[in-house]
Amino acid sequence: MIEVRWHGRGGQGAVTSVELLALAAIEEGKYAQGFPSFGPERRGAPVAAFNRVDGKQIKIRSGIYHPDTVVVLDEGLVGLVNVAEGLKPEGVLIVNTAKTPAEVRKTIKFKGKIAAVDATAIARKELGVPITNTTMIGALVRLTGIVKLDSLKVPVEHRFGRIAIKNLTAMKRAFDEVNIG
Amino acid sequence: MSKRIGIEVAVAAAEAAALCRFDVAAVYPITPQSHVAEHLSNIVADGRIDAEFITVESEHSAMSAAMGASATGARVVTATSSQGLMYMHEVLPIASAMRLPIVMAIANRAVSGPLNILNDHSDIMPQRDSGWISLFAENGQEVVDMMIQAFKIAEHRDVQLPVNVNIDGFQLTHMVEPLEMPDQKEVDKFLPPYKPYATLHPDKPVSMGTFAMNDVYTEVMKAKDAALVNSKEVILAVWKEWEKRFGRAYEPIEGYRVKGAEILMLTMGSMGETAAVAIDELRKKGIPAGLLKMKLWRPFPFDELKKAVKGAKTLIVTDRAVSFGGPGGPVAGEVRSALYDQPTRPAIINEIIGLGGRDMMVEHFMEIVMKAAKAGRKKRKEAYEFYGVREA
Repeated sequence: MIEVRWHGRGGQGAVTSVELLALAAIEEGKYAQGFPSFGPERRGAPVAAFNRVDGKQIKIRSGIYHPDTVVVLDEGLVGLVNVAEGLKPEGVLIVNTAKTPAEVRKTIKFKGKIAAVDATAIARKELGVPITNTTMIGALVRLTGIVKLDSLKVPVEHRFGRIAIKNLTAMKRAFDEVNIG
Repeated sequence: MSKRIGIEVAVAAAEAAALCRFDVAAVYPITPQSHVAEHLSNIVADGRIDAEFITVESEHSAMSAAMGASATGARVVTATSSQGLMYMHEVLPIASAMRLPIVMAIANRAVSGPLNILNDHSDIMPQRDSGWISLFAENGQEVVDMMIQAFKIAEHRDVQLPVNVNIDGFQLTHMVEPLEMPDQKEVDKFLPPYKPYATLHPDKPVSMGTFAMNDVYTEVMKAKDAALVNSKEVILAVWKEWEKRFGRAYEPIEGYRVKGAEILMLTMGSMGETAAVAIDELRKKGIPAGLLKMKLWRPFPFDELKKAVKGAKTLIVTDRAVSFGGPGGPVAGEVRSALYDQPTRPAIINEIIGLGGRDMMVEHFMEIVMKAAKAGRKKRKEAYEFYGVREA
């Protein structure tokens, strides 16, 4: 079972990310959960969202405290919240940043694998807005193989309609361009 | 053919109601039920089924409108949570006394104060004596299945009672997960159109919800109690039919790894899943533990409970609510009472868990069982325990 924690701010679409990822996994015949951090949400405030993906039925319904992977949608959260909290040492931390993984490592207490991708730049170019939730899925898929990139096509098209193609392009670019430290 | 899809469970609950072709939805939104309300509204607004969505200014009005609509012979769905359910409380026993087969999804949430929007069962427990049939779902699949079963049970001529389907708030409502969504044709075959016994209609006037003083009130109460008690037979028959048609079995108390279990733990709702993982781990350690998952709360499954605990030395009853100054948790109080006249019965331990969204992990359930295993039949000082409470 792979457990993922997403960090973002209210309104940045972390909850949409976990939904799309869960739907893609289910589309592949896998079992998946996608859920927000329970409780009230405010635009701009730090939020977290979660995924579990497994080949067999998932029964655990408690929170995720020791994720295999952490995805950070908003670089500004680093230092504000402990994004590496509970992350397994053999896990991977994926940050949306223009910095290199080595530069990120200086700011985060985490000895495991760090990956960096300038998702904001990609999203600005491909979507015209700095909303990075779909873009960052590409980086996550590259690092973990949690689903196939193709499996996101149907859920993204269902969710975004005519702008789906832009989101899929941004996702593919992050998949290709993510810098693995 | 059923279709395996990924869907948020709250949305799936509304979709299940749509598969039942409800005529009227009267709903007031409240966290964490809001997605049920929103999606019911979408279904009507999109014209997917021929139905009315009644916007109301409160939950009291939601239930009142639901009752009015149901009395005309409409198939009615509603949904609420926590304070909304508490506000509805006044009208709930009227719906059951009028024998109106309304189906209500409850996104279970703690009640104020202090204000808390997270999951426990302290909203449904005060409604226990309202005369409604009460089902508890463990996962998204059970939510969908029970929503559909609920209409069939409620509308059965021998039942004619409202049904609430309890869905753990957030833990279930806000979860995207895979489930089998039954096909419309299959549901149509399972659930024929509602044929009411009597309806409000100007051409054939009847009185409903009348005045009844001491000359008949006792008789009406006895009749209502008998209706609830007798509904179990129909519930079991509906579940049998469901299993035949859809392949998924339902029981009032579902056992998990109960064979040879000396210690049993009883859960209601979504925590049964995490607890089942704990039971697997305990069995690996050689601890003879098993799980009882109670799906039917009202009518209370006395016979099934007695049968299920036979042979067990210890029964741990988990409660997600408190009967303050009373027997601990309401479930444990009822379980103790149900087993009192048995010649042999297990020692009963009551653990109050997961209040106001406090998380329960696999290791927490393991700890509870291991502690009980160590204590054996030694009598505990306290009748109940607030598990994991922090005290100075």
